[in-house]
Amino acid sequence: MKTQFSVAKFDQKLQERWGEVMEEKKQCKGCGGALPFVIGFVAAVIAGWVLFPDLIYSKKTQPIRFSHKVHQEQGMECSSCHSFRDDGSYAGLPNNEKCMECHADVVGSDPAEAAYVEQYAKTGKEVPWLIYQSQPDNVYFSHKAHESFECKSCHLDVASTDTPPVYYENRLSGYSKQTMKMWQCERCHAENGVSNACHVCHK
Amino acid sequence: MSGHGAKEFNIKWGMVIDLDKCTGCGACMTACQVENNIAPVLDASNKLRTLSWILVYELSNKKAAPDAEIAYLPRPCMQCGNPACVPVCPVVATDKNEEGGIVSQIYPRCIGCRYCMAACPYHARYFNWEDPVFPKGMEKALSPNTSARPRGVVEKCNFCHTRLMKAKDKARQEGGNPEALADGAYMPACADVCPTGAITFGDLKNPEHKVHELAKSEHAFRLLEKLGLAPQVYYYTRREWVRKLGDNYAATGKAGAEKKHS
Repeated sequence: MKTQFSVAKFDQKLQERWGEVMEEKKQCKGCGGALPFVIGFVAAVIAGWVLFPDLIYSKKTQPIRFSHKVHQEQGMECSSCHSFRDDGSYAGLPNNEKCMECHADVVGSDPAEAAYVEQYAKTGKEVPWLIYQSQPDNVYFSHKAHESFECKSCHLDVASTDTPPVYYENRLSGYSKQTMKMWQCERCHAENGVSNACHVCHK
Repeated sequence: MSGHGAKEFNIKWGMVIDLDKCTGCGACMTACQVENNIAPVLDASNKLRTLSWILVYELSNKKAAPDAEIAYLPRPCMQCGNPACVPVCPVVATDKNEEGGIVSQIYPRCIGCRYCMAACPYHARYFNWEDPVFPKGMEKALSPNTSARPRGVVEKCNFCHTRLMKAKDKARQEGGNPEALADGAYMPACADVCPTGAITFGDLKNPEHKVHELAKSEHAFRLLEKLGLAPQVYYYTRREWVRKLGDNYAATGKAGAEKKHS
């Protein structure tokens, strides 16, 4: 009997306490919950955006410190190495075969050249250059159609640099920070009266 | 987006497929899959889930032995002048807005709602039910001409559009006019590979291209002409019964076409 009595009493106390809790909760509406979390999160995102804008990019350097300046001083043109093929496609960066026309053996005194000959020319491995303007798989870009423009109107002006610029890779997307964005392509097309139809650039 | 009525372009890339020459060998389907990086399906027994931008159908005149005849009908995307798929797309992932009249499909933009598939009366559109899986070693043979499609997007034939871009580049390199390509300078993989030469391809509006005359022939017709979608793909046959099937005409009141491959 005594046990039953105490259970009933406990139950009653519990219900009273529950009522108090509900009362407190009603009074305290808005001071807990998701709102402070959301405000804090947004503030942190904005602070990150303003204070550390480059945090999302990892910095990378080219495998070989290639000097465009040295090559230009030899009287070479951009097209001496970056050339079109006979079918109008663009060869882009030169491969070992092209570089070795001059650099099969060390010809200068720059340690970077010696490193190239040692690590790539002699081993036959292609240099894994980082491409600042690399585009996604679904983009078709024709260098031939844009031949009348100067290289540096889209590419970084590397012609007179002794050290290649730092390559910024977006940590999330994996793409280069320096690459051209779709809105830039579209704007130039619109300004020059060229079609902005999807298939003009996509494949 | 195209509203009502066909859009007109100065160039109209089109095909004339000679059904009397087609032997149904399926080389066009194979060439298409190689060119456009279509992965082999693990279980191809479910024909609702296979992918083929060009599909060969078998037609029969449904007659007994001495008079029995069959014909094969390859079906790419018709690149309709007035496409049914374009106005239904809620995100403008598909459009007919480029010179040449090829209906574009932008895979990263597609949300996979499949309205276009429901709208297309030619069943020319396919949905990626699974991510593409290429058997080991085959990834080395992938073509750079077409981007890979993930699970959840719709894809279709685009007349091997990158081949058009490359033909234009070649014309520029050789000092020609990229907007006036010579007959045969631009050829989709299926037309290129067809062993009997059943597929003729070119600019329907250019009198110097063979398709210009062929499409005007009395033996030429288009599929489901009565729907008014104005396809840029024409068929050619001297057989009356084949032409009638092309407009879904069935003398018996029963459907006449049966699937051959999938």
